[in-house]
Amino acid sequence: MSAVAAETPAAPKPRRPQLTGRARSERRLAAMLVGPAAIVMIAVTAYPIIDAIVLSLQRSDLRFPNQSKFIGLSNYGHVLSAPVWWQDVLHTAIITVVSVSIQFVLGMALALVMHRTLVARGLVRAVALIPYGIVAVVAAYSWELAWSLNSGWIPKLLGLTGDPLSHTFGTYIAIIITEIWKNTPFMALLLLAGLALVPDELLEAAKVDGASAWQRFMRITVPLMKPAILVALLFRTLDAFRIFDTIYIFNQGAQGTESISMLNYSTLLDRLNLGLGSAVSVLLFLFVALIAFVFIKGFGAGVAPGGATGR
Amino acid sequence: MSVGEATGRRAAAARARAGQRTGFVSESVKRTTGWSAALVVVLVLSLVPVLWIVMLSLKTPATATDGSFIPHQWTLSNYSDIFKTGIFTSALRNSIGIALISTALAVIIASAAAYAIARLDFPGKRVILAVVLGVAMFPQISLVGPLYNLWRQIGLYDTWPGLIIPYMTFALPLSIFVLSSFFREIPWELEQAAEVDGATPFQAFRKVIVPLAMPGLVTTFIIVFIICWNDFVFAISLTSTTRAETVPAAISTFPGVSQFTVPYGDIAAAAVVVTVPVMLLVLLFQRRIVAGLTAGAVKG
Repeated sequence: MSAVAAETPAAPKPRRPQLTGRARSERRLAAMLVGPAAIVMIAVTAYPIIDAIVLSLQRSDLRFPNQSKFIGLSNYGHVLSAPVWWQDVLHTAIITVVSVSIQFVLGMALALVMHRTLVARGLVRAVALIPYGIVAVVAAYSWELAWSLNSGWIPKLLGLTGDPLSHTFGTYIAIIITEIWKNTPFMALLLLAGLALVPDELLEAAKVDGASAWQRFMRITVPLMKPAILVALLFRTLDAFRIFDTIYIFNQGAQGTESISMLNYSTLLDRLNLGLGSAVSVLLFLFVALIAFVFIKGFGAGVAPGGATGR
Repeated sequence: MSVGEATGRRAAAARARAGQRTGFVSESVKRTTGWSAALVVVLVLSLVPVLWIVMLSLKTPATATDGSFIPHQWTLSNYSDIFKTGIFTSALRNSIGIALISTALAVIIASAAAYAIARLDFPGKRVILAVVLGVAMFPQISLVGPLYNLWRQIGLYDTWPGLIIPYMTFALPLSIFVLSSFFREIPWELEQAAEVDGATPFQAFRKVIVPLAMPGLVTTFIIVFIICWNDFVFAISLTSTTRAETVPAAISTFPGVSQFTVPYGDIAAAAVVVTVPVMLLVLLFQRRIVAGLTAGAVKG
């Protein structure tokens, strides 16, 4: 085994260009290959977000198109002084924190099952991928129709007489369960990548030394997979923070479950107020950037996907 | 650590292994039971919501609201109903076309970029990766307003390209991650050998690397297709009619018999139809999808 590995080094040696001509053609090829992707990504995200910033500084309401004018930061003042914005920030934060923490615990358990299981490995993997693959809208409908007193089996199973989706607490539970069900498999996959990095010999050595399963997990597995854990939490947190589909299908933000994305959507497309809506868009964008910044700089999440650092 | 300690530990390990071997039968039975229990839990939790929507789709309108998990009266009429309505069949056509085109474009553009990132030395690689990461984290809803506005001005609102452009864009980061990690595993020497034989770098890419990269390309295609197929945010915001409305958006606008009735059966049947292709892909390619997502996900 080791002889074979030694003959074919896993990572290619970085090539030092011997000829400037060759290096130049390599750079030209790289520019040609990377160019389209870079242009598309920048054009489709940077231009609109700049547009959103410009719109957010204007009074721009599609119902009154002739009254558009530059009004500085007053849209931001409007949004930030509105109780509904802060309520929605709170709703979004509650859903994000609760659903991501539970997804993390369950995702870790699922990752361990997928990593270690001795029986029907393929079956576990396929079945666990079902919630990941299912259309988000379908998942939301399945759970909404399951919880609804009119149609669902859950109220019947729990012996509820009132509609759980007619009050805030029940709706939160249902929405959070939907999010957990849909996203735990992806969390598990991200963690599985980290689990694969933990050497078996280390765990076995610790076992020989008398460490319990829990000690081995906490003292060896978790520290070694910390980079994977941070990245999994980062991506799941960002995604949960943008929650839209599930809430839209459940009740479009009624029952005190409106998220920031939902507010953004309704301001833009129901009220057609581009100025205010764009201010919400920019604030959401800043929130997401802040979360990413805290994870990457604060916790040191090494976000270098696919060996981005050119290992 | 001293030599004595190391040998002591090795001896202990040997003893432990011997012990394991003598107690092999009972321990393996216990472990198998444990894992089987875990398997059953995963099975039930994953499948119940899927089974539920299937069951609901098979209920007659009269029994759709009885709250029973298993239908009392079985029917396939919900399926024939939705295929009779133009809203669903055109949505299905839009979904398939838009998802396939977006996916193909994303995979083509991403494979070029991923090749450069995995194989070539060039300045600005870090900048590209920062852009990729930035787009991966971008809140898509923030684009809805500007795109809605822009698309209406330039006539892309409620058209296929109006959805293909954002889908392709947001599929690029994951495609680039997954593909570049696949490309990195391809034997480097073969490309050099081709270049020694007189191939240009581009020929080496097309004739040597692309065939070797096929499994990675297929995996990426499937993962990206699922992402495009599943989108709701853009579909609900940037379309309004059967011209470009995809199935997730169409389901959410299904009309009931009256304003106050929910078309449970139709929603459930449409949900099942739109879920089937993805389920098939997942079941057929589960090994590849897991490999692709975990490889592309993180190498910290």
